[in-house]
Amino acid sequence: MDNIILEMRGITKTFPGVKALDNVSFKVREGEIHALVGENGAGKSTLMKVLSGVYPAGTYEGEIYYDGEPRRFSTISDSEDLGIIIIHQELALVPLLSIAENIFLGNEIASNGVIHWPQTFARTQELLKKVGLSEPPATLITDIGVGKQQLVEIAKALSKKVRLLILDEPTASLNETDSDALLKLLMEFRTQGMTSIIISHKLNEIRKVADQITILRDGGTVETLDCQTEDVGEDRIIRGMVGRAMEDRYPPREPKIGETLLEVKNWNVFHQHHRDRQFLHDVNFTVRAGEVVGIAGLMGAGRTETAMSIFGKSWGHKITGDVLMRGKPVDVSTIPRAINAGLAYVTEDRKQLGLVLINNIKENTTLSNLKAVASNGVIDDRKEVKVASDYRSKLRIRSHSIYQETVNLSGGNQQKVVLSKWLFTNPEVLILDEPTRGIDIGAKYEIYTIINQLAAEGKGILMISSEMPELLGTCDRIYVMNEGRIVAELSKAEASQESIMRAIMRSGEKH
Amino acid sequence: MVADTSNQPNKPSIGDYLKNNIREYGLLVALVVIMLFFQFVTNGVLFRPVNITNLVLQNSFIVIMALGMLLIIVAGHIDLSVGSIVAFIGAISAIMLVKWGLPAIVVIPACLIVGGIMGAAQGYWVAYQKIPSFIVTLAGMLVFRGLTYVVLGGRPIGPFPKEFQLLSTGFVPDFLYFLNPRPDLIQNMVALVAVLALVGYAIYAGVRNRRVNEQHGSENEPFVFFAIQMAVIAVVALFIGYQLSTYRGLPNVLIAMGVLIALYTFITTRSTIGRRIYAMGGNVKAAKLSGINTERLTFYTFINMGVLAALAGMIITARLNSATPKAGVGFELDVIAACFIGGASASGGVGKITGAVIGAFIMGVMNNGMSIMGIGIDYQQLIKGLVLLAAVFFDVYNKNKG
Repeated sequence: MDNIILEMRGITKTFPGVKALDNVSFKVREGEIHALVGENGAGKSTLMKVLSGVYPAGTYEGEIYYDGEPRRFSTISDSEDLGIIIIHQELALVPLLSIAENIFLGNEIASNGVIHWPQTFARTQELLKKVGLSEPPATLITDIGVGKQQLVEIAKALSKKVRLLILDEPTASLNETDSDALLKLLMEFRTQGMTSIIISHKLNEIRKVADQITILRDGGTVETLDCQTEDVGEDRIIRGMVGRAMEDRYPPREPKIGETLLEVKNWNVFHQHHRDRQFLHDVNFTVRAGEVVGIAGLMGAGRTETAMSIFGKSWGHKITGDVLMRGKPVDVSTIPRAINAGLAYVTEDRKQLGLVLINNIKENTTLSNLKAVASNGVIDDRKEVKVASDYRSKLRIRSHSIYQETVNLSGGNQQKVVLSKWLFTNPEVLILDEPTRGIDIGAKYEIYTIINQLAAEGKGILMISSEMPELLGTCDRIYVMNEGRIVAELSKAEASQESIMRAIMRSGEKH
Repeated sequence: MVADTSNQPNKPSIGDYLKNNIREYGLLVALVVIMLFFQFVTNGVLFRPVNITNLVLQNSFIVIMALGMLLIIVAGHIDLSVGSIVAFIGAISAIMLVKWGLPAIVVIPACLIVGGIMGAAQGYWVAYQKIPSFIVTLAGMLVFRGLTYVVLGGRPIGPFPKEFQLLSTGFVPDFLYFLNPRPDLIQNMVALVAVLALVGYAIYAGVRNRRVNEQHGSENEPFVFFAIQMAVIAVVALFIGYQLSTYRGLPNVLIAMGVLIALYTFITTRSTIGRRIYAMGGNVKAAKLSGINTERLTFYTFINMGVLAALAGMIITARLNSATPKAGVGFELDVIAACFIGGASASGGVGKITGAVIGAFIMGVMNNGMSIMGIGIDYQQLIKGLVLLAAVFFDVYNKNKG
């Protein structure tokens, strides 16, 4: 049992401006289920991408030993040849192809390019049986549920003679029955000698199946807990995930909180695509003048969807509930109306949704409020240049000029351009969705400073973030969301990483 | 990244400027080179007054439609139906003028409105039902062509009344004849004076614009480029103006075309609606989340295209003096090619009116020059295709290198 199948030693991976992994080491024993846990952004997925060759050898530092031998994978197929198969969080199945076609995609049973269908179907049936599915192999992927799709992914892995199976949040989108089925399958594979690495946020599930748990935090290994020698409780895991001293990474602020600006009441929203699935349930919250309010939660908790559904109903359908500004109901049914009501939404995805990357700083800055620099539909170039230059110096946007295309700016400066755009609409409440994602530490500090300034000017800030320290460092009050509901409201005094995590975990067990 | 947080933007060097704007200068240079080439191989026929007039008349409708098509392409769409709209408008104008005997003053606005409705009928499906424009306008192309056959009963209708023909064959009368210093040489003084005035104004406006930019710290192109560009444009314009003045003067169509080019340049560079179209084409999701009504904007863009196609349709019909069911076949391809040669991006958000106009003239000069040389339609198509590919390759190559 103590045969080490995989060892990663001193793995360091840097992206421009960010150290995603810093000297990470961990060992996996053959035939065990090894859990990898940590907050969003701790480096779990990056580590697995290094292992599987998504980031080829040479783009990271450190060594990988597999079966006791050093390995350098330069493509995914290099690692797959050795039986290392990764199943990503976003399933990689082609929806309009059949189960059989998906399982053997890129690996078809064929001679001279002609697919051997009878053999393909027979093999598929065998594989499906192993994962407990009885669907005909010709069934289209789109016609089966997410839980079964996940099992098809596993069957696909089995078809490649898997020895080490890596699952990135396999149960994130599954209901309890499907999750249980999947975990049971993993345990069955364990008895057959297969090794698995499972990344998960659901600590109760991890306790159920894991033999060892490795905790990552801020791109480094914290510790590895052995579940066979000690009884590892959830509190123990959470302490490992978050236990770090708050550093001086947040500018100080004296909150001066005024009247209630934004109030959202009984907000119910159905899913944008799965139209009969209710996604947000009775969401209620308030934001006051001069206040920075946080929304904490795991990915998929419904934070972004809450923000976007309020901002001009740009997400979801069958939206019901009330939005009040300064106590009066306002119409937010379209984006222009939401802007008129005094709302601004800085998206989490600034490249896809925030900026017109091929346009310059000036054009992006005035985009949401063009009429303020125009008369009778004609843009006053001087006014526009002045507005853009003012924001450029006020927010310290580093660029050659206001004519620089935003595609060439660093992440932090791009975010400042998006902020400029929304500040120019003169909103009362700004919703900031992951405002510091993918930005280096120095630029983060600048963004926090801007947030503080805006709060001091009496604006209300609603900040969505996956980084708990950031919420704790900047917010006056924090709402915790899980599975489409607000499950806790914590004052600055009550809020801690432990209390937020506990609120998420407890609510997760109830449903 | 330069750590420059001062308010004054840095001045780019001349080399940087050329690199960033190589597309626009390259296009102008290409047009001049192509003109000189055909002038040479046709033994000077290309720039004869009568041929310049022909060039303008033959290409006016392509240029006019390219103005609308550029907006469509910048918005991230395509319109394949314009050739069929041209034919249909020709057909209904023939019915109204020839069969019903309505006056041109009624028929012309009526046709523009019908064109707008045809654009709206397609824009509705693209903007509000989210059907790809390629499919919608492919359907439109077939439907409108079919309707043209239905309306005409498969037979050409003509001839048209004189007043309608003036749309394409009329010239601006020489009301300045008394200023003419050389009546033996110059037939039409207005053409010369107009071109002189235009060149003068262009230089004045250019210089003033530079001064304003300097005062406000905005970007200016290096003076050398400004001077060369102005000189080239002035020489070409004066030469053409002079040539035209020795023949019948300025065609009405040229005036209409000039006004429209100026109008659409203004719309694309100075108006909020133009800015929003560029933003929408560059990133439709970001534009929508910035509060832009992208559906309505798309809808308007297609209406605009329909109106311009209708205008082009009337000009062609007046020129041919006959409405035929086969009119305008393949025009959509020339118009789209003009936009892409002019530097528009197939993925939207990029493109200039001046580029599309120059692109249209490159196509026009090649058509005309090759016809004079007696090159068959087969090789003409082949060569035009290669020029299109080369122009777009030049874009892609530059982009990847930069």
